[in-house]
Amino acid sequence: MFKKIGFKLILAVGITALITIGIFSYFNIQSHTSSLLAEVERSANQLSETVKHSTRYDMLLNQRDRIHKIINTIGEQPGIRDVRVLNKVGEIIYSSHQEDVGKMVDKMAESCYKCHAADKPLERLPIKDRTRIFRINPDSSRVMGIISPIYNEPSCWEADCHAHSKNQTVLGVLDVTISLNDVDNQIKKGEIEIVIFAISAVLALSFIIGFFVRRWVDKPVKELLKATDQVSLGNLNYTIKDRRNDEMGMLARSFNNMTKKLSEARMQLFQSDKMASLGRLAAGVAHEINNPLTGVLTYSSFLLKRTQNNPELQEDLKVIVRETKRSREIVKSLLDFARQSIPKKNEANINDIINHASSVVENQLALNHIKLIKKLDAQLPNITVDSNQIQQVFINLLVNAHDAIGERGGTITVSSQKLNLSPYGITHIKKAVCSKRHDLMDNEIKIDGMPSIKVKAISNGNEGFINLDPVYGKCRHQYGIELDVKRDIEIMCPQCSQSLIAEGKKCPKCGAPIYNFEVPSQGIFEGCTRKYCDWQKWDAVDVGGQREYIEIKISDTGCGIAKEDLSKIFEPFFSTKGQKGTGLGLAVIWGIIDNHNGTINVESEPDKGTVFTIRLPLMQT
Amino acid sequence: MKKQFDILIIDDEQIITQAVNKICSAEGYKVDTSLDAVEAISKLDKNSYKLIICDIMLPDMDGFQFLDEASKRKLLTPIIMTTGYSTVENAVKSLYNGAIDFIPKPFTSDELLSSVYRGLKYMEIQKKLVESKNHTNDETIIYVPCPAIYFRLGYSSWIYFDNSGSAIIGVTDLFLKTIDAINEIELQKVDEEIVQGNSCAQIKMKDEMVHTVLSPVSGRIIERNNQLLEDHKIIEKDPYFTGWLYRVIPSDWEYEIKNLTPCSSDRL
Repeated sequence: MFKKIGFKLILAVGITALITIGIFSYFNIQSHTSSLLAEVERSANQLSETVKHSTRYDMLLNQRDRIHKIINTIGEQPGIRDVRVLNKVGEIIYSSHQEDVGKMVDKMAESCYKCHAADKPLERLPIKDRTRIFRINPDSSRVMGIISPIYNEPSCWEADCHAHSKNQTVLGVLDVTISLNDVDNQIKKGEIEIVIFAISAVLALSFIIGFFVRRWVDKPVKELLKATDQVSLGNLNYTIKDRRNDEMGMLARSFNNMTKKLSEARMQLFQSDKMASLGRLAAGVAHEINNPLTGVLTYSSFLLKRTQNNPELQEDLKVIVRETKRSREIVKSLLDFARQSIPKKNEANINDIINHASSVVENQLALNHIKLIKKLDAQLPNITVDSNQIQQVFINLLVNAHDAIGERGGTITVSSQKLNLSPYGITHIKKAVCSKRHDLMDNEIKIDGMPSIKVKAISNGNEGFINLDPVYGKCRHQYGIELDVKRDIEIMCPQCSQSLIAEGKKCPKCGAPIYNFEVPSQGIFEGCTRKYCDWQKWDAVDVGGQREYIEIKISDTGCGIAKEDLSKIFEPFFSTKGQKGTGLGLAVIWGIIDNHNGTINVESEPDKGTVFTIRLPLMQT
Repeated sequence: MKKQFDILIIDDEQIITQAVNKICSAEGYKVDTSLDAVEAISKLDKNSYKLIICDIMLPDMDGFQFLDEASKRKLLTPIIMTTGYSTVENAVKSLYNGAIDFIPKPFTSDELLSSVYRGLKYMEIQKKLVESKNHTNDETIIYVPCPAIYFRLGYSSWIYFDNSGSAIIGVTDLFLKTIDAINEIELQKVDEEIVQGNSCAQIKMKDEMVHTVLSPVSGRIIERNNQLLEDHKIIEKDPYFTGWLYRVIPSDWEYEIKNLTPCSSDRL
């Protein structure tokens, strides 16, 4: 849960809100507190002035009882804790607490210290310095004290009692202490309110963000995750239905596109693999069957010659010879199918080949009222192909189109054009060797159906194998070894232990050492040794940037192919023509195109027609 | 004294050596068999043969290695190759490496016998050549070699690339000399495709024996020598010029020419 992107986002936003609101609240409380205290201070000051003024007259008259009464009355006011008058030597003369009267206050006591800190006591003190906030006991509430000096004035020394001499400046001190309990409570209440506000603001923010993250990120990501799971389970037909217009929607669309491409590629590969094994099988079968067939054919034809005077036997023997010859033709077509492995390539123009092929079938087409439309790109560059084989492909496809249309007439359209496709993520390594020419391909471990590249790895004393993804740029490697991501690893050929590390070269993405191996006739392939680093480079393939292809489309208005047959049409021995076909035609075509590193796709709609799309790479690598 | 045989058949399948033995023996040939090429080579020292039929796929030493060994020994005996893996490549490679014919398996008795017939004839001609060399005053022309600018496939067919982009193909005089009494020539139709090393024409003898001409190149036939169908004598009189078979547009001559022998090399 803590690793979820939504949680992280909420955490980030929450922390930001907490900090901003916290700072705001801190200063808010500060200013609130200081303004409250200033107000208390002002009122305390006012109070002490009031006490001073209201007792002045009585002081002059030296009517101590009255002074006591006034101080006591004021002292009883709620909030006022203490009202005291101290004389010059520190004796408490009047106090709202009767028991304090007569007590001496030490110069160092907190109420006196301000003026008496220096040797010579201060006489004037600004109002700010006369207040102080303290606690009487550590656990009691705060108290504000305000000292107001009682200055000598003419009326004092001229009074009847003559209590004070003229030389004195300060006669005593009026000390009023006010309980800050209420203020403190108010401050506390304010603080609590702000904290509650801050917490609720952060929570509300988190919930709102959480809600939208869930809606805009979580749900589509979950959907995407489900789709990738499906794809990894092999269901390449799974599509994401989400049709939003934001980045997630774009991702979903690009994902759908990718799976579509992937399923096409897998189809091609699957077919390629099957064809290769079938080719080998066919060659083997042909050889094995031809020997016993030779026995049958030689003996039966020999008998046929020797029994010319026995018509009854002749008939039967003729059947044997005829059928054996038929078997011979079937095996021969099997061999032709297996034989496409070595194309004899030379430079040719696809348009010329198309024209050649169409001239062969032209008469046949005309007979059945089939119109042949050619939309050929006159600027088409030459391409290195086995023109014979490619011509065979076109003739076969044209004949198929002709058969699909039948005698009711229709149109066949052949078009050619040049197009560019990116090699990254498409091109795959079919062969790889170490510098001592040992084969690195591993047919046992396949990645996405393709043989992988097996290398030996040593890391941290462990030894094991890594199977590299043969598709350029895909990096779905399989690790048969525990790897410490931070440490460099040694990669070598599994057969001769020749190091595959490129000396002196570093991955431009993460700085780790890189490995390389040769792809025969396709240059050097390089990749980063660090796990999870997807840096790969294949110069020979990159050179052209996007690779150029020639695309040939052959479409007909014939009967089309049923959906359930569509995936089988390139399989050997699959035929919809019944006794008329061997079912090898399209399989042969497929093999030829594959040997030219090209692709062939079919789209068809029953009763509407079929389109075959062939793509041949312009640069044969 | 060496034992005299007509034919040595080398094949690792006993059924095939037996079949060949039976068919050829019935025609009166003396046949020896061998199940592998190594044994066959030791037999070459002990016996003498007029013709060898050799399979390509053999244990230990294959048919091509046997061909090499035979040419190293300057063996006069002609060799016919056969294989169950009867691809065009194998056929062409055999002929290029000195085999005089290639019979794809499975074959009928007639196909075998026509090839054997030509093979034995070929041996006779070779013997005559050797004899005529020994008697330098003998001026008889045994066969006419093909013109120096021509190319040939094995000893059977020739091709001449003129400058028009097309080529004419025909049958060598030596091939014709191994057939006697031509009765009929069967040609393919214009517009048909022919493939190098595969049959492109059939020559029938009086006794119904059919000889297959292997095409020197692949391509499309654009013209055929119709005169030849009316009068097959032309081919015997002038096999290199008026006796041509087809004019073709070669589809892949740059590649296929590697499998052809320049006729200029015959004059060395």
